[in-house]
Amino acid sequence: MTMQIAEPVSLSPPDARARAHAAAARDSLRTEPPAVRVVIIALAVLFLSVFVVLPLVLVFAQAFSKGVLAYLAALAEAEALSAIRLTLLVAAISVGLNLVFGLVAAWAIAKFEFPGKTFLITLIDLPFSVSPVISGLVFVLLFGAQGYFGGWLRDHDIQILFAVPGIALATTFVTFPFVARALIPLMQEQGTQEEEAAVSLGASGLQTFFRVTLPNIKWGVLYGVLLCNARAMGEFGAVSVVSGHIRGETNTMPLLVEILYNEYQFVAAFAIASLLAMLALITLIAKTVLEHHLDEGQDVNDH
Amino acid sequence: MTIEVKNLVKKFGSFRALDGVDLKVNDGELLALLGPSGSGKTTLLRIIAGLDWPDTGEVGFNGEDALAQGARERHVGFVFQHYALFRHMTVFENVAFGLRVQPRAVRKDEATIRARVKELLDLVQLDWLSDRYPSQLSGGQRQRIALARALAIEPRILLLDEPFGALDAKVRKELRRWLRSLHHEINVTSIFVTHDQEEALEVANRVVVMDKGRIEQIGSPDDVYETPATAFVHGFIGESIELPVQVEGGVIMLGDRSLNLAADGLVPGASKLFVRRHDMLVGPSGSGAFEGAVRHVRNFGPVQRAEVALSGGETIEIDAPRDRELRAGDTIGLNPRRYRIFAGA
Repeated sequence: MTMQIAEPVSLSPPDARARAHAAAARDSLRTEPPAVRVVIIALAVLFLSVFVVLPLVLVFAQAFSKGVLAYLAALAEAEALSAIRLTLLVAAISVGLNLVFGLVAAWAIAKFEFPGKTFLITLIDLPFSVSPVISGLVFVLLFGAQGYFGGWLRDHDIQILFAVPGIALATTFVTFPFVARALIPLMQEQGTQEEEAAVSLGASGLQTFFRVTLPNIKWGVLYGVLLCNARAMGEFGAVSVVSGHIRGETNTMPLLVEILYNEYQFVAAFAIASLLAMLALITLIAKTVLEHHLDEGQDVNDH
Repeated sequence: MTIEVKNLVKKFGSFRALDGVDLKVNDGELLALLGPSGSGKTTLLRIIAGLDWPDTGEVGFNGEDALAQGARERHVGFVFQHYALFRHMTVFENVAFGLRVQPRAVRKDEATIRARVKELLDLVQLDWLSDRYPSQLSGGQRQRIALARALAIEPRILLLDEPFGALDAKVRKELRRWLRSLHHEINVTSIFVTHDQEEALEVANRVVVMDKGRIEQIGSPDDVYETPATAFVHGFIGESIELPVQVEGGVIMLGDRSLNLAADGLVPGASKLFVRRHDMLVGPSGSGAFEGAVRHVRNFGPVQRAEVALSGGETIEIDAPRDRELRAGDTIGLNPRRYRIFAGA
């Protein structure tokens, strides 16, 4: 259960807007008697406490159960440091790749009409609809010793599976939709008029992109990157399949948490888990701030 | 700068947005493209700007082939219907944009750019807004900033897509007058698209009336109003009464009644009779070409608008001066002061 904590619920910007509208509508529809309201609110609070707050508190309680020194010592272990380093590296690679892919895909979908567009939109969502374990297995099938490219890779002495490239690939695949999903509705809503205006004023393609398109979607980009990063650091299933669990080499933080837990090293396991939990909290706060900016940006041309 | 458009065709799927358009725009002219939505006027404007490309046909600027150039090279100022101001830039930066993206070799220095932007903001009388963002402006202000931005590149041609479409009636009237005087001042060849006939007739030197991807008539505002070339133009410009008639042996028939109107030189067959609402003169019963009973009367300032059921069953609306009050139930005679008949059903 602790392993899942760093995976945030994905909420696209339109959802955020829909919630604001719902909030406005709620005031006029609030007809339930106070007692019913209290019961409903109490149920919600209870549910949240048991399923969200309690586990979070437990993670930190377990991590610090032997004191701050034990906690710090667990994080200073070579294995822990290597896992943290690998997680950061993989996240940097997959976020970087997905930033580029996501921007390109969203740009193509939002600003141009071409055959197969609907298919492409569906394809972008594929990683969300497939179990991460399957996503990992795909790469084993492709690059494993018995896989399609396995022989060729071995002949050329290229290591993909059970190494950083494999982990980065699997993570990139699983996190691909985040940036594109955050940007497509935003860019579709903004349309192409500002770009057309820029071009008719003499701007080149690159000038148009950097001076007009990018500034307009910057909050959306940050939003996508944030969610993409959170998922990349927390990804377990796909990475577990392709990593090979080589200690000190191919274990990411979520994998290490599982290994340590299975070895009854609770303080160490929860110490790493607490880092992921903190990432989740920071992500949530940053997400709230970004959603605020996104809402503001969308109001600009409404009146 | 003159613009010559020859035999322009543009299809979107099976829809013919432009169906063989020929047009010549004179230097320094202020031309209106007038038509209902879907008539192809915006498509024509976008093709001239280089934002769309025709399937076939030619566009020439001063005789040179404009289609060989992209929008970027054409030096055409384009004002978008919804302004398309850069939302993350201040008013000042919006206007400066066209100057800042020029190739380094020809780009002006910062002081020159500032002076030029200031000058343009003065021209549109909004220099006091230079630090605001587009979201903080009213519709009319945005429109003028969009215009200033388009003028910053010293365009050879100025194109405006429904320039007053999104504004309320009062602001629209002010801006119309303002645009006309501005055009007088800068004298750039300009084309604007509108579906509002009043706007076209009031602002433009010449009006191009379009329907279904074709040009129906090109003429001065007086021409298109006083002597419409086609049934469509008559029906679209000014408020007209339209009646299906039959021309037979020198007589005009409405249903089975012959109208006491001259039919000289008319082609026999099914035709359409057009009369402006205010050209229908009211007289006593039995005195005119038409007989009818007044159904409703509403007063609009100097005129009264009456719904009249003609004796043959058709219902028409007329605008009559208020010197003689009409009442529901009155039986009246109607005589068209002027009318036009176009052949075809």
